[in-house]
Amino acid sequence: MSVQTIKFYQTGSFVVGNRLLEPGQRSVQSDPERSNALTSGHRACQGCGEALGARYAIDAAMRATAGNMIAVNATGCLEVFSTMSPETSWQIPWVHSLFGNAASVATGVAAALKAKGRTDIRVVAQGGDGGTVDIGFGCLSGMFERDDDVLYICYDNQGYMNTGVQRSSATPPAARTATTDVVGPEPGNVFGQGKSGPLIAMAHGIKYVATATVADLRDLEYKVERAMSFRGARYIHILVPCPLGWGSASRDTIQMARLAKETGIFPVFEAEGGQVVNVAKIRSKVPVEAYLSKQRRYAHLFGRSPRPDVVAHLQEMADDNIRKFGLVDNVAEEAY
Amino acid sequence: MLKQTEGSRGVADAIALCRPEVICAYPISPQTHIVEALGVMVKSGKLTQCEFVNVESEFAAMSACIGSSAAGARTYTATASQGLLYMAEAVFNASGLGLPIVMTLANRAIGAPINIWNDHGDSMAMRDSGWIQLYAETNQEALDLHIQAFRLAEELSVPVMVCMDGFILTHAYERVDVPTQEQVDAFLPPFRPRQVLDPVKPISIGAMVGPEAFMEVRYLAHAQQEKAVDSIARIGADFQASFGRESGGLLRTYRTEDADIIVVALGSVLGTIEDTVDELRAEGKRVGVVGLTAFRPFPTVALREALGHCSRVIVLEKALAVGVGGIVTADVKASLAGLPVETTTVIAGLGGRPILKTSLRKMFDEASSGALKPMTFLDLNMDAVNREMERVG
Ligand SMILES: Cc1ncc(C[n+]2csc(CCOP(=O)(O)OP(=O)(O)O)c2C)c(N)n1
Ligand code: SF4
Ligand SMILES: [Mg+2]
Repeated sequence: MSVQTIKFYQTGSFVVGNRLLEPGQRSVQSDPERSNALTSGHRACQGCGEALGARYAIDAAMRATAGNMIAVNATGCLEVFSTMSPETSWQIPWVHSLFGNAASVATGVAAALKAKGRTDIRVVAQGGDGGTVDIGFGCLSGMFERDDDVLYICYDNQGYMNTGVQRSSATPPAARTATTDVVGPEPGNVFGQGKSGPLIAMAHGIKYVATATVADLRDLEYKVERAMSFRGARYIHILVPCPLGWGSASRDTIQMARLAKETGIFPVFEAEGGQVVNVAKIRSKVPVEAYLSKQRRYAHLFGRSPRPDVVAHLQEMADDNIRKFGLVDNVAEEAY
Repeated sequence: MLKQTEGSRGVADAIALCRPEVICAYPISPQTHIVEALGVMVKSGKLTQCEFVNVESEFAAMSACIGSSAAGARTYTATASQGLLYMAEAVFNASGLGLPIVMTLANRAIGAPINIWNDHGDSMAMRDSGWIQLYAETNQEALDLHIQAFRLAEELSVPVMVCMDGFILTHAYERVDVPTQEQVDAFLPPFRPRQVLDPVKPISIGAMVGPEAFMEVRYLAHAQQEKAVDSIARIGADFQASFGRESGGLLRTYRTEDADIIVVALGSVLGTIEDTVDELRAEGKRVGVVGLTAFRPFPTVALREALGHCSRVIVLEKALAVGVGGIVTADVKASLAGLPVETTTVIAGLGGRPILKTSLRKMFDEASSGALKPMTFLDLNMDAVNREMERVG
């Protein structure tokens, strides 16, 4: 296979690794010799958070394993944009089987490696929120429960994006999707539904669970490396804004992810053996409106007939997260 | 070694002799005894260098098999009925990816109404899944077919489903000859995958293919199955040469040479039909049987040769295509195209209904007098049917 050399289109940004800094202070991403799981040329939308998150996560996993790894991919945007035959962006052994079975396929790969005495090769499975917390949830839970030696990474863009932005159980309340339209008495996705993949993962008592966003790529890299230091089932849930599905500007992907964290809407934490061991504190708390108003999926909450009641409800939910996870020091209650 | 043992146990022994590296299955009657036995062998250390994975569903079982086979491990699973349908999406995926997984199907009816007894509704539902389908007539053949299945699958990179009748075979105690490890090792070389997930030589498996190449990919799968027609015959002959008994092959004829009426069937019912044929032959009736061992790929040429000379073929089917009738019949008819042979479908044994010699004799009698309807349900209780039809109007 021909290995593609890395191209840099940007200079100096946080994203490509601070290449204007002194060499000692630069991140690995600024090095054209760095690991490179997912090469350029794939078909993701401009500003796709999933493409960014996947590259950083899998690059970090490659570094942690010295390239000795196999990736399993669920159906979804990541799979479709990275591999349209006869092309592939993957520079690692990679297999896609179905939408709902990535965790089980990974179990099988891990079992094969164990039978062959090749546990030096590590297994990473990855999928979107739909492939993870909806259709693939049974397989995922089984993989967790058996403590199979797999790191599962969920790229959460809060909907079924590949099929045209439909609701998943990770779609937040009030968000518009093609199947939760802004019609009827409760416009957008309804309140009181949905589930938390990371908390359910923790309830399995697995070794390591973490959440991350593409706004803090160092943190994401650290968490992947940390995850790879364990054997057994591990789970990382990454918030990856989707400009197409969220109706946000391509250039705002990082900002959306940062605001999700800084509002408390998306708690960033680490858990070991089912206990939270670390939370990323909110640096300066931002009201949810700053986050919501930049996304067309929430446009019905603002504008001509605004819904401050719905915004207030979402604010309550964010505040609840802040309390539960102790995201702001002075309002911290007991750890969740 | 000769052994008086349960069909399931015989299959488990055969699988163990094939040195599987990953076994992954989910329990369902009547498959359970096979995987229970294998589980014990792995856990007790009798079967080494093998992982036995207990999963949470058949969908997960086949998915894990996909992963392990793609990673280059010889992989086995077993299921039945609802389990096969539950894994259906992954069944098609495994063949699409060209993964040489071997699966036992302990044939069982599909609900509703839920029914645990034998018929072929499950495997017939996966008729077009791209898997090779072999049907065992006896426990000995079930055992032997599994050994051949790994070789066939791995030579062609196509998964193989070995179908054996649930309970009738899986739970029957019979004498079987279990080969030695040396014999099996000599017959079945280690698995060399066509492509494998390997960090040293990374490849992407399972990429999306668009309209410009999808037809070609499907055609190649078809061509591979056509190749399997020769491979099944060759491997069957090889097996006979190494193990000294006839087992496998595409089909088996029984007293068909000068037969006017020939029954075509699959699986364990062949024994009952053969017994009936013997009785009728003793009375001077010219009847015979063809047992299809291979159903996918369909042995069109061999079947045409076996049936071409007779005047009537009865396809005895243990499955029903609701709204059509027979399933195997369509393929049998296609292989007889242009020949003056009448073809009749007899649906029998659904949901474990015993197929009795007396009923088969009646069927043969009706066939020779010309009274057998083109589509007959053997031993159908019309009183019960009519009562229910009247009730619902
Ligand atoms: C069994 C099955 N059902 C439905 C689909 C259609 N489908 C493909 S991708 C997808 C949505 C993927 O959503 P997600 O997992 O969140 O990934 P994303 O595309 O958002 O990254 C759906 C519904 C499918 N491929 N297979
Ligand atoms: S739809 Fe969203 S997730 Fe999919 S490629 Fe575009 S930006 Fe990425
Ligand atoms: Mg999604």
